[in-house]
Amino acid sequence: MSWDDKLLKQAKKIIKLYPQKRSALGPLLHLAQSKDGYISDDSISVISDLVGITEVQVKSVSTFYSMYKQEPTGKYLLSVCKSISCEINNSSEVINKVQEFTGLNNNETDEDELFTFEAVECIGACGGAPAVQVNYETVEGVTPENAINMCKWLKETKPDVVVADEMQENFGGVKSFDWAIQDNSGSTSTAPGFQTLNTTKVKK
Amino acid sequence: MKETLLLTKNMRDNPEDSHLIDSYEKNNGYSTAKKTILESSPEKILEEIKASNIRGRGGAGFPTGVKWGFLAEDEDRYLVINADESEPGTFKDRILLERDPHQLIEGIIITCFSANIKEAFIYIRGEYAKPARRVQQAVEQAYQKGYLGKNIFGSDVNLDIVVHLGAGAYICGEETALLNSLEGRRGEPRLKPPYFPAVKGLYMKPTLVNNVETISSVPWIIENGGKEYNKLGVEGSTGTRIFSLSGHVNNPGNYEIEMGSSFGEFVETLGGGIKNNKKVKAYIPGGASAPWFRGDQLDIKMTIDDVANNNSMLGSGAVVMMDEDTNLVSAAKSIVSFFAHESCGQCTPCREGTTWLEMILDRIASGRGRTSDMNLLLDVCDNISPGLSWPPKMTTICPLGPSAVSPITSLMNDFRDEVESLIPTKVLL
Repeated sequence: MSWDDKLLKQAKKIIKLYPQKRSALGPLLHLAQSKDGYISDDSISVISDLVGITEVQVKSVSTFYSMYKQEPTGKYLLSVCKSISCEINNSSEVINKVQEFTGLNNNETDEDELFTFEAVECIGACGGAPAVQVNYETVEGVTPENAINMCKWLKETKPDVVVADEMQENFGGVKSFDWAIQDNSGSTSTAPGFQTLNTTKVKK
Repeated sequence: MKETLLLTKNMRDNPEDSHLIDSYEKNNGYSTAKKTILESSPEKILEEIKASNIRGRGGAGFPTGVKWGFLAEDEDRYLVINADESEPGTFKDRILLERDPHQLIEGIIITCFSANIKEAFIYIRGEYAKPARRVQQAVEQAYQKGYLGKNIFGSDVNLDIVVHLGAGAYICGEETALLNSLEGRRGEPRLKPPYFPAVKGLYMKPTLVNNVETISSVPWIIENGGKEYNKLGVEGSTGTRIFSLSGHVNNPGNYEIEMGSSFGEFVETLGGGIKNNKKVKAYIPGGASAPWFRGDQLDIKMTIDDVANNNSMLGSGAVVMMDEDTNLVSAAKSIVSFFAHESCGQCTPCREGTTWLEMILDRIASGRGRTSDMNLLLDVCDNISPGLSWPPKMTTICPLGPSAVSPITSLMNDFRDEVESLIPTKVLL
């Protein structure tokens, strides 16, 4: 087992949230994604032991969902939406510009492991089309020019935490709705910036 | 035309901090849940929900009170909130999760009290990281206050809520696929029968699966009474509904309105009209799965039944406007590609059919179409949904496959000339 004690402790806490161990599989795969930037064979082995199912069962679940990456990703996962509301609001041009800048085709990672690019299906930001996510932090109303500016900014400053509100202010435009108060938490990996660990469950 | 704010009132009144428990409580938040638990009975709550005539806001529009009534008896029962909002065009649950998570939690408390449920899960789509953070923070605040956990509000009622993140699969919005996903399996829909969630749901136990907007409506209904709710809107589509408006409009966004006015009025007033004063060529009345309406059909009323009577569906309440310059073949291709990508692969007509449709549309859109492609498109559609009728007949376990047929039949029925114009006449195949 090569997950360190801290990660294992987190994993065991997640497992305790559910009536049945296997329900923790999804959250544990997110944990694996945040650790390595993809679902490594090593993580599959660790998770199969933790949950009590076979490695093949873990693999079959991890390959079903598009957010669990089977190959290593870069520091930043650039996901440009291509579904209907974005499509009719010029998302193809945003996709072209980002591909031009990064030199990446769909689902490719650059040599420096800085960017992974993907054109994705609807991310629920249709009122702020075209929309982009960086490590699952949403930016709305992104013009082709601003998409490039955002990529340049990521490349130059290499922030360890990407925050939706900050990127929206600098590179975004029309929004799906008023976001209200500034939110400073964000994502630190190519897994969504979310964890359930503070849940104080009392039953059982 | 004006909005009627029930669900979005708190966030409009308190734009700075509507997601925090102090702000929510200042405006009488959690008082309905408290009163319910200390003074009401499960039967009374169910009666109010039935009297409200609210219908599910996820897409299918099933009467919520009836759904609750189906829940089988068992010691272990579960509530699962479907926050896997992924229907292209839809972003209304996102605002409820992000801006008023306590309203949802209060709805969950009341629902669980009524159905004698001790454990609830909120299944949020993986891409909604920020909304999930907000909901998690709200759940923790509610635990700290003693509104969740053991002996809530000092009663003998216990309730736990777990926030669960999905991982990028539209199909998990289908309730049985969602349950498989929550059990740590591939998100493949189950056969109904026998796997009706109300009887054999999560861990094969009776389970209520309700949409975020539906459960967020519960506190208002219980506070003001089912009868008051029933007075809003029109018969068959009572209450308010949050419509997500997007596409070529001046003011895209979420609008909470009473159902019953026309799409045209909605777009002209709240939507601020079509960008650059263009005309509407076509529009989607209820998410990407819904057959389109033409620009000359803007007088159709925004109710579940009116839209259904015109052979489409109000679905998730996502209205997408496409102006006169829109390339409808590209638009249809975008939607079909979506379903091809999201097909879970269990049923052959859907898995193969959606991919075929995508390839044929791509061929036509890129100027390589063949005359025979017109009939081929319809033939593939007919294999997924025999007869191409509405509501669609099915050859598949769930409605995802037939959903991919919707934009094609819309093209073929109303915009055939536009498709044909893209096919080079020299190719005689």
